[in-house]
Amino acid sequence: MSYETHADLGGRSGSGAVAPELEGELFHAAWEPRALALTLAVGATGAWNIDMSRAARETLPNYAELSYYEIWLAGLQRLLAQRGLLSPDEAAAGQALHPALALKRVLRAGDVASVLAAGSPTLRPSADVPRFNVGQRVRTRGEPVAHHSRLPAYARNKVGVVERLHGAHVFADANAQGLGEQAQWLYTVAFDSSELWGDDATPALTVSVDAWDAYLELA
Amino acid sequence: MSHDHAHDDDHSELSAMDLRVRALETVLTQKGYIDPAALDVLIDTYQTRIGPRNGARVVARAWVDAAFRGWLLRDATAAIASLGYGGRQGEHMIAVENTAGRHNMVVCTLCSCYPWPVLGLPPTWYKSAPYRSRAVKDPRGVLADFGVTLPEATELRVWDSTAEVRYLVIPQRPAGTEHLGEEQLAALVTRDSMIGTGLVALPTSVA
Repeated sequence: MSYETHADLGGRSGSGAVAPELEGELFHAAWEPRALALTLAVGATGAWNIDMSRAARETLPNYAELSYYEIWLAGLQRLLAQRGLLSPDEAAAGQALHPALALKRVLRAGDVASVLAAGSPTLRPSADVPRFNVGQRVRTRGEPVAHHSRLPAYARNKVGVVERLHGAHVFADANAQGLGEQAQWLYTVAFDSSELWGDDATPALTVSVDAWDAYLELA
Repeated sequence: MSHDHAHDDDHSELSAMDLRVRALETVLTQKGYIDPAALDVLIDTYQTRIGPRNGARVVARAWVDAAFRGWLLRDATAAIASLGYGGRQGEHMIAVENTAGRHNMVVCTLCSCYPWPVLGLPPTWYKSAPYRSRAVKDPRGVLADFGVTLPEATELRVWDSTAEVRYLVIPQRPAGTEHLGEEQLAALVTRDSMIGTGLVALPTSVA
């Protein structure tokens, strides 16, 4: 089984300069806000979770060639197709040609404000005692995994210091695979730039990631 | 990653995307999966109601109210909620404070995680390959792209938002703003300063 993400960009070279943007510039084409809203509205049906949608986007073979809202749209269409909610002939025709499947819920206009205000908290009650405490040195997992994960490649097999404990959170790796939430402790782990980048390191730089328990072992 | 700018001159591609999105919206509406009126409300919400002015109010309050600042640094989710902001993509907030010796910057190298309730939707550059690839390795170079130079001695701290925790930078309050009220201060706070790619400056009229 292989899994290839095209979204793990931290530390990659050759990407060029950042192009700043004015504060009010949210969209650059008329279809972009519709694509955003479609993604949010269909996401609110509960047909998949946020980790599944991230997995669908990051594994798009042409990820690097797409603009961000093109990625969102392609991810949405992919998830709809995978679940049989939308057939390729319907997408092509722009017409419903097959019976609809039942969804858990549909986001109504009148419910948007309350649904956004509620959000989707990922903190879960847990009886587990955290394995690590603030100030402890930990080493991150070294091997890539064959599924969606939130440990960036640049932070693999690195030693850092636990800086914050966030409680037990829905484990993205499991949730993306449909294996349930499997909440586990989440930590902020801080790395000295020389640990991450060696001789290329920017002096006086510390970089942190938020890492689940499964990503870490005592160093 | 290509940019929308690359599409600006290509009207046929733009309209192809418009048609594709419209077709998808039509099918999903016919199937009863979406309420098209909900899309209008969603778009209006992020164009007019939820944006960086929210975060600017949080920052200005922290600047004028030491007790609020302390609460914000201890429990940002609750402190921010007390001003009426919270929910989607801001369920678990952390506020990090810039000081004379330390500058914070926030990135999501894996996708585009961003604190929506206080900053709204992320700008294009935040989601772009240049920012996501360079922020964790060459933050001073990124700052230079924004016209910002920090003293050599300033310690840099970059927060990669790899889980569902979202970060808000509390920029430094500029000197010479002692006479300004909370609303005037909020007007000075830029979106970029709350991501860590900008600094808050005095109004240019002063100079």
